[in-house]
Amino acid sequence: MEHVAPIPHAAETSTGLPSRKLLIWAFLGSECMFFGSLIATYLVYQGKSLIGPFPKDVLDIPVTSVSTFVLLTSSLGMVLAYAGITRGDVWAFRRWILLTALLGITFLGFQAFEFYHFANPVYENGELIRQGLTPRTNLFGSTFFTLTGFHGAHVTVGVIWLLSLFAYSFRGDLTREGALNVDLAALYWHFVDIVWVVIFPVVYLIGVQP
Amino acid sequence: MTTVTGVRGRRAAYKWWWGWVTTVDHKRIGVLYGVSAIAFLLVGGIEALVIRLQLARPEQGVVSPDTYNQLFTMHGTTMIFLAIMPLSASLFNFIVPLLIGARDVAFPRLNAFSYWMFAMGGVFLNSSWFLGGAPNAGWFGYANLTSKAYNPGFGIDFWVLGLLLLGIASLAAAFNFVITIINLRAPGMTFMRMPVFAWMTLVTSILMVLAFPVITVALVELLFDRKFGTNFFVPAAGADLVLWQHLFWIFGHPEVYILILPAMGVISEVLPTFSRKPLFGYPVMVISGIAIAFMGFSVWAHHMFTVGLGPVANSVFALGTMTIAVPTGVKVFNWIGTMWGGSVRFQTPMLFAVGFIAMFIIGGLSGVMHAIAPSDAQQQDTYFVVAHLHYVLFGGSIFALFAGIYYWFPKITGRMLSEKLGKVHFWIMLVGFNLTFFPMHFLGLEGMPRRIYTYSQGQGWDLWNMVSTVGAFTMALAILMFLLNAVRSWRKGEQAPDDPWDGRTLEWSIPSPPPTYNFIAIPTVHSRDAFWEQKYPQGGEISTGIRGDAGGRHIAGGTAHTALGQGKEEGHPGVHMPSPSYWPLVVAAGITLGAYGLLYSLLLAVTGLAVTLVGIYSWSFEPAVKQPKGKLGKDKKE
Repeated sequence: MEHVAPIPHAAETSTGLPSRKLLIWAFLGSECMFFGSLIATYLVYQGKSLIGPFPKDVLDIPVTSVSTFVLLTSSLGMVLAYAGITRGDVWAFRRWILLTALLGITFLGFQAFEFYHFANPVYENGELIRQGLTPRTNLFGSTFFTLTGFHGAHVTVGVIWLLSLFAYSFRGDLTREGALNVDLAALYWHFVDIVWVVIFPVVYLIGVQP
Repeated sequence: MTTVTGVRGRRAAYKWWWGWVTTVDHKRIGVLYGVSAIAFLLVGGIEALVIRLQLARPEQGVVSPDTYNQLFTMHGTTMIFLAIMPLSASLFNFIVPLLIGARDVAFPRLNAFSYWMFAMGGVFLNSSWFLGGAPNAGWFGYANLTSKAYNPGFGIDFWVLGLLLLGIASLAAAFNFVITIINLRAPGMTFMRMPVFAWMTLVTSILMVLAFPVITVALVELLFDRKFGTNFFVPAAGADLVLWQHLFWIFGHPEVYILILPAMGVISEVLPTFSRKPLFGYPVMVISGIAIAFMGFSVWAHHMFTVGLGPVANSVFALGTMTIAVPTGVKVFNWIGTMWGGSVRFQTPMLFAVGFIAMFIIGGLSGVMHAIAPSDAQQQDTYFVVAHLHYVLFGGSIFALFAGIYYWFPKITGRMLSEKLGKVHFWIMLVGFNLTFFPMHFLGLEGMPRRIYTYSQGQGWDLWNMVSTVGAFTMALAILMFLLNAVRSWRKGEQAPDDPWDGRTLEWSIPSPPPTYNFIAIPTVHSRDAFWEQKYPQGGEISTGIRGDAGGRHIAGGTAHTALGQGKEEGHPGVHMPSPSYWPLVVAAGITLGAYGLLYSLLLAVTGLAVTLVGIYSWSFEPAVKQPKGKLGKDKKE
C-alpha cells in the first residue's frame, strides 16, 4: 500500500487511472492463474483416490452452504464500506468494514471447524464409521486441503487487510481521497469471494455426486 | 492522493554504499541487476566449463556422478533464472523508463524489492553448494526424481524454495513493468509509437504475470509432498506424474519466450540505429511479438511428445508449434528488411545483432525439426536438443543481450566501451560458440544422450566432444575479454557523448549518464523514433527505395517539434523524486530467512515471518517523500 504517489506525475497517468488500481488488477490476473492451476490439479485427481474417505463421505453441503452464504454476504458489506468512504462518512465505513471482516472471520471459523471435523475419524456406538481425512490420507485429501487452504489463507490476508484499514481510519488519515486504499482492498476481497464461487460447486456440489 | 504523516521518518538521501542499498532509482537498480546477473553468468559459466571438462574425453573422472548431476541442474537453473532473466531485467530497468519518457517506474520501492528478492534468491539457491549439496534433478525437476524417497537431501528443497523466491522477484518486477508501460508514457507516446523494446518488455512482463503462478503451484505441491507428506506426486497413492510435466511446461514454454522476446526487442532497437533506417514494418513487428507470446501459451506439450499423450494431442501441439515459426520468421525478415539498403555501420552492437539473427535462425530451424513429433521422438533427450536450446538461448538471448550492453553501456556509465576489444570479443565468441554447440547436433544425431556423466570409447563421440570442450574454453576467453573491456572502460574509458550512435529514441536526448530525474521536462512525443524526428525534422532518413516501409508515415505530425527534454514544464516548478527506502530490503531478507527457516528451524521461520510482516507494515505506512524538517533531525538536504 503506497499512500502517496511516488512520482510527481502519477496523478496524470497515461490511462487516467491510478497506477495502484492497475496493479491490483494485474495481481488478480496472476491470481486467476494461481487458483486455476490449483483447481486444475483438483480436477485432474478427482475420483483418483485409491482409498477413502471420498468426497461424499465427508462433505456436508448444508453446513458449507451456510458458510458460503456468509462469505458472499460479506461482499455486500464491502460495497457499503466503500460507498461510505466515498461519501466521506467515516463512521459508515468503519461499521461496514468491521462487519465485512467479522463475516470473513466467521467463514474462517466454519473452515477451521470443517478441517477439524474432516481430520478426525467418526465413531458411532463405538464403531468406526469413517477414517479421518488429512492431506496425507489420499489424493482427495492432498488436493482438497491445498485448494481450500490456499483460499482460506487468502481470506485471512483479506481480514488482516480490512482490519488494518479499520484501525488506520482512527488515525484520521483515511479521508475521502484515500478511498483508493479501500477500493484496492475491496477488489481483492471480491476476487477471493469469486474464487469461492468456483470452488463451492466444483469441490462440494459436484463432489458429493455418486 | 492523501497527505500522510507516516509512523516512521524517511530520509531524502543516503550516502555511498548505503545509497545503493536503499536506492529506489530505476537506473541504479538496473545497474545492480546487471552486475549481479553478470556475476551469476560467470558462476553458471564455470559450471558449464566443468561439465565440458568431464565430457572432453570418454571415461573421465573430473567430478563424481553425483556432482555432475548437481552441475547440470545448477547450470540450467542459474543461466535461466539468475543470468538471462536478470540481464533482461537490467535493461528493462535502466532503459524502458527512458524509452517511454518517464522519470521512474510506477512503483520504485517494489522495484527495489524485486531486485533484493532476486539477489537473495540467487544467493539462497547457490548456498546449497555449501549446505549439503546442490539440487540434482535437472532444471525441470521432473517428478518423482524430486520425491523425498529418492532424493532425501536438502538439494531439492533449496531448488523449490529458491525458485519460489525468484518467482516472487519476477512477479514483482513484471507487475511493475506492465503498469509502468501502460501508465507512465510521456504525452503523445501512444502504444503504436512506443519503441519495440518497450513493447517486448510489456509482452514479456504479461507472460511472467500469467506463467509464474503456474510454476508456483507446481513447486508448492512438490514442497508439500516433501514437507508434509501429501500425495501430489506419489504414484502409490494414484498420482499421475505427468501432472508435474504439464504444470512445469505450461510455465516452462512461456518462460522460453520470456527469455527470447526481450532479446528480440533489443535487436529491434539496435538494427535501425546502425542501419540509419526506421524499423521495417513496425506494426507487424509488434503484432508478431504479441502473437508469439500468445501462441507460446498453447504449445507446452511439445516438450512431452514422448510421454504418450496420444496422436491427436501430439498432432495439435506439433501444428501449433510449427505455427509459431510464422511470426518468428516475419520478425527475421523484417530485421533483414531493416538493414536492406540502409547505411549499415558494423560497430560492436551491430555485430552482435547480426550475429544474433544468424545464430537464432539456426536455432529456430532445429526448433521446427523438434516440432515434428515423430522426428522429435528420435531427438528427445539427445545432444541435438542441447544444441538447439543453446542456439536460441545463447546464440539468441545472450548475443542480443550483449548487443544491448554494448549499445547502452555509454548511456548507463557515461563511458564508451572499447570498439577494438568489443570486436575481438564478438569474433572470439562467435567462433567459440559455434565450436561448442554445432558439434552437439552431430553428437545428438549419433545418439549421445543428454545429462550422462560419461561415455565409453568407440561410439564416434570422442572427436566432437573434444571440439565442443575447446569451443567452451574459447567462449570463456571471449567473456574474459568482455570483462576486461567493461572494467577498463568503466574506470577510464573515453567519455561518452549524449548520443554516440546517432540514436533514434528518447534515451539519447538526455545526458550520459542520465541525471536522477532523467528528463528536465517530460518530452512530448509526436512520432515513432521521436528523437530522430527532432534531430532531422525534414524526414532525414536515407532514401531507401523500399515502399511500404513504416518510415513512410513518420513525417506525419512532425512539424510541432519542441526540443525534447528542454524548456520549462508548466505547472511543475521542481522535480521531486521518490526518497530512498530500506524496507524493500527488509521484506526480501525476511522472506529469505523464512525460507531457510523452513529447512532448518521453526524458530528461524517464525523470525523470518515476523521480519517480513514488520517490513510490509513499515513499507505501507512509510511516507512517500522525506518528512518535513523537525521530525528527523539528521536529514540532509533534499
